[in-house]
Amino acid sequence: MGQLSGPTDPTADAHWEHQQPRKGFFTDTSICIGCKACEVACKEWNHNPSDGNLELLGSSYDNTGALGANTWRHVAFIEQGQERITEARESGRALVNLGMPGIGPPGAAAPTGPDLAEVDTTPPDTADFRWLMSSDVCKHCTHAGCLDVCPTGALFRTEFGTVVVQDDVCNGCGTCVAGCPFGVIERRSDGTAVVAAQREDQHAEHPAVPNVGVAQKCTLCYDRLVADEAPACAKACPTTSIKFGNHDDMVETARERVAGLHAQGLTEARLYGANELDGVGGTGSVFLLLDEPEVYGLPPDPRVPTADLPQMYRRAGMAVAGMVAAAAVAFLGGRA
Amino acid sequence: MANADCIVIQGSNMAECHPVGYQWVAEAKARGAKVIHVDPRFTRTSAVADKHIPIRAGSDVVLLGALINYVITHDLWFKEYVSAYTNAATLVHADYRDAEDLGGLFSGFDPETGAYDTASWSYAEQGGGTIDDPGVGTEHGADASARAAGHQFGSGGPPLEHAQVQRDDTLQDPRTVFQILKRHYARYTPEMVQDMCGIDVTDFEYLAHAITENSGRERTTCFAYSVGWTQHSLGAQFIRSAAILQLLLGNVGRPGSGIMALRGHASIQGSTDIPTLFNLLPGYLPMPSAGRHDTLSEYLESIASKKQKGYWADADSYTISLLKAWWGDAARAENDWAYDYLPRLNGAHGTYETVMAMLEDKVEGYFLLGQNPAVGSSNGRMQRLGMSHLKWLVVRDLNLIESATWWKDGPEIESGELRTEDIETEVFFMPAATHVEKAGSFTQTQRLLQWRHQAVAPPGECQSELQFFFQLGQRIREKLASSDDERDRPLLDLSWDYPTDEHGDPDAEAVLAEINGRHLNGPDAGKPLSAYTELRADGSTSAGCWIYTGVYADGINHAANRKPGQEQGPAASEWGWAWPANRRILYNRASADPAGKPWSERKKYIWWDQEQGRWVGDDVPDFPVDRAPGSQPDPDLGGAAALTGDDPFIMQADGKGWLFAPKGVVDGPLPTHYEPQESPVANALYPQQQNPARLVFPRADNLSAPSAGTPGADVYPYVFTTYRLTEHHTAGGMSRWLPYLSELQPEMFCEVSPELAAERGLEPYGWATIISPRSAIEARVLITERMTPLEVGGHTVHQIGLPYHWGVGTDAVVSGDAANDLLGVTLDPNVQIQESKVASCDIRPGRRPRGAELLALVAEYQARAGTTSETGNRRVTDPAAEGVRPDPGENGRTDGGSR
Repeated sequence: MGQLSGPTDPTADAHWEHQQPRKGFFTDTSICIGCKACEVACKEWNHNPSDGNLELLGSSYDNTGALGANTWRHVAFIEQGQERITEARESGRALVNLGMPGIGPPGAAAPTGPDLAEVDTTPPDTADFRWLMSSDVCKHCTHAGCLDVCPTGALFRTEFGTVVVQDDVCNGCGTCVAGCPFGVIERRSDGTAVVAAQREDQHAEHPAVPNVGVAQKCTLCYDRLVADEAPACAKACPTTSIKFGNHDDMVETARERVAGLHAQGLTEARLYGANELDGVGGTGSVFLLLDEPEVYGLPPDPRVPTADLPQMYRRAGMAVAGMVAAAAVAFLGGRA
Repeated sequence: MANADCIVIQGSNMAECHPVGYQWVAEAKARGAKVIHVDPRFTRTSAVADKHIPIRAGSDVVLLGALINYVITHDLWFKEYVSAYTNAATLVHADYRDAEDLGGLFSGFDPETGAYDTASWSYAEQGGGTIDDPGVGTEHGADASARAAGHQFGSGGPPLEHAQVQRDDTLQDPRTVFQILKRHYARYTPEMVQDMCGIDVTDFEYLAHAITENSGRERTTCFAYSVGWTQHSLGAQFIRSAAILQLLLGNVGRPGSGIMALRGHASIQGSTDIPTLFNLLPGYLPMPSAGRHDTLSEYLESIASKKQKGYWADADSYTISLLKAWWGDAARAENDWAYDYLPRLNGAHGTYETVMAMLEDKVEGYFLLGQNPAVGSSNGRMQRLGMSHLKWLVVRDLNLIESATWWKDGPEIESGELRTEDIETEVFFMPAATHVEKAGSFTQTQRLLQWRHQAVAPPGECQSELQFFFQLGQRIREKLASSDDERDRPLLDLSWDYPTDEHGDPDAEAVLAEINGRHLNGPDAGKPLSAYTELRADGSTSAGCWIYTGVYADGINHAANRKPGQEQGPAASEWGWAWPANRRILYNRASADPAGKPWSERKKYIWWDQEQGRWVGDDVPDFPVDRAPGSQPDPDLGGAAALTGDDPFIMQADGKGWLFAPKGVVDGPLPTHYEPQESPVANALYPQQQNPARLVFPRADNLSAPSAGTPGADVYPYVFTTYRLTEHHTAGGMSRWLPYLSELQPEMFCEVSPELAAERGLEPYGWATIISPRSAIEARVLITERMTPLEVGGHTVHQIGLPYHWGVGTDAVVSGDAANDLLGVTLDPNVQIQESKVASCDIRPGRRPRGAELLALVAEYQARAGTTSETGNRRVTDPAAEGVRPDPGENGRTDGGSR
């Protein structure tokens, strides 16, 4: 077993003999047009069931709600007025001036350019309204809570450093659901409608839903990666908002992009998941956000449960030692 | 678009409705371009633009006219470009009177026909005459409207009898186009924009600065529009006004310039090039009209004169090659190349007029191919009732769309207006192959043909269009085989032999080869043609669509070329094939200055190479390749030979870009602001309220809401506009049957501002009923700040957004009320498109009533507004103010709709 927290190479930790460079996404939400092609391409490729109740969700143009067993890419829509835009710009600016702990490790932090505190970063066009769109996906964490807590070994670390469920191994215990700090993984219920793979089956009464009861989440299209193909969502994205490649390159591209936006005065831009010192050791899926993570439904400070294992063991050890000592004292005291 | 320095998207929701094409805007933005979205709603396009400017639906000509005025008055026009390449210096005839002089009408308006005699708009001729249409004389606007003649200009401008125009190169003569233009737009000011569009002066100046700072030698601005501009009663004029602006700024024919007409489906461009329109033949050749084009020579003379400039002068070659492609050896010189085999138009046969004819039992049968008019056409009730009068109806589609099921589950069944057992229409449903189940080409927005290979065979009885029509033709020909009736000759003589695969599906490449054309005799007989300039009028060539000639040059399917862009030059000439002649930018001669040098290093594209004596550059030059910049050929040569070295617009009859349109536009030579058919705002620019030449249909089933200033206008106080969402495809036939798309936008909704919601008591995500003079529908309510109330003409205008994807039926995964049921039928007179982007309505909380009560609700509103079939259909708003004879429409009779 590799280390439980902090910067590491998860593929090496998993002892792959012929490891590939770690693969990942960089989702640049600043150029997302909210077309949801990623959601559809994902479901098409993975034959996932649709899961809406075919009613408006009441959340702007979002009608799938969240990541789950069937929706492995999810586009959030957030409508904001001027006040919130100013707050986002200010909170982002604070991150910049403080050396941006949220967007990278110290020293390597982006932007590497001048301190923006001295620069006039008034953006050219101050909007009084904006509509944020962001395509969320499994983070493929460096330290993956789901994988670490899986008792059956159904979840595994691939040679690409991604985290994948083996459907035929998973027994549906659901431990991983609680283990994910992002609320990504979910067990598939059977109350869903599946889409026929063939047009002839389109109107069949009850097409079979695959993998019912089994934990399901994004595989980063493992079956495509082994064939040297990009994941379906990235392939379908018309504006390259979803970029796919080697994780190191993705992080570097993300840092350049956020620096570029800062130079335009868009200090609300910040990276999410690019800091390998965070509670999950950084994520395989890196995001550029235009507001605080909570706005998008992302935890601000995700932490893998196993990161606390050493401390827990230390405390348990101390407790054991204490109890042993107490028992010894009681025993010795009794003797006396 | 990727090369633009500024992109204005207006009349389009590009990111939502053209997400794949939007990658080029995203690329331009990544390179530093400014992107501005002008739209009534804040959409997903606005979300990724630098700025969104909300505008009142239907007021775009005021904004664009004010930009034209701004560019002229601030002396920001591109002088060398405009002087040399446009008709700015050309003199217009002295009889011309502008809308400024006649209260909003141009000279020549005829209130009897509701159309213009356009003769007085002509260019002046030496000796005081006018430069007329060639051939049989100037066509009256009413006749041109009836055949939607504007479609003909899809690949070049209208004809002239000759191109010997009079010019004043100082641009000082008051009759020059430039001076007329300047006067026409003088009252289109930023203040007028504020009053009419609801755009404040700051936003106007932002837009004006952005486009003028990004135009000129070093920089270019691009406009993009789609049906937000076209679907108006003066839609063609919206685009004309952008064309004028772009010409003044020198933004035509250069990298990152132009006006991008975004087409709404994969091959809508292809279906106008090789038309599914009643009034066109392939390659924008007009469909002949009875009485006007009785002989081949009359027909050819009316398309173009041999004395005009440019390549349309060779229309005889294009026409005769088409006839040879269709009728082969039966097309001979002695029978005028089988010209009489072509049908003749005898009136207006657009889609709406056809439906009205159905209601009069004048139409027996109807083919619906990839079209769902029960949901997707304006005045859906009229569409469905029209179909109930048919004897037979064939629906070819992927799914059992509402147009195939209205007889059992349509809204009129629910309201009791129709009973299934009374309907005698026999409905045939023919399942269709999808785009992956058949081969063929798509022609997209940029005129690029891209080949589509068949991935899988169609399931069950599904067929490609090619196979369906091939077999239909075969069966009809078999039935007629023994006929000796003259009228059956066109069918029996038709070239109708295509190789088929084992399923009987014709080889699409064989069709492409026929479209491309061949040499018919001589040593090259049978060989594919390489360019349309090889076409001849002597029957020695064939071509099914002259503008596509070259796509199959050397027997290679160039539409299937797939060399990635990064492996080739900036024009990416080896990806697909663009008509004409694989040119990526039309009129690219204009990318160089009159002397043939690029306007700037940054924007260089095509230039004159003195040593080689030819035009060279990144693209196929759109000019006679060896015509030197200073050439002044004898104008009497006519055609391409008469083009001077600085006539970049080679499909225009005078070689120039038209700021002023002396021909071809039936509702005015210069775009002029008129209010929509239904508007809560009075036209502040002219006494004339609506486009006087619009096509109106005063009928009890097509009532209009009263406009501002007339009684009852407050009954339908709000503006609504219809549109598409990314998640669905038009009337839903390709999306509402797919669970993956249906779940993304499951229910019909309306978008309203918080202010309007408060005014009408609408609850978030609750129900609302929207009522127009045609119908009432229900929708869930999205209350959003993306909708902005506008201050216009001293009062607040609320706009309501209605996506139009849903329809009433039982077969789809999701269904709902159809927004198009609310719309009436009023058409643009140039192209007969309906005004579906703006109309009037009321909105109130709660669901709509069912059954007969729905009709009662609509009738109650009509009664309260006092609307009759005359309402809103008067041609001339105020004859006294506009200097014309009294309008007979005033006395209770209207002249419209009878054509």
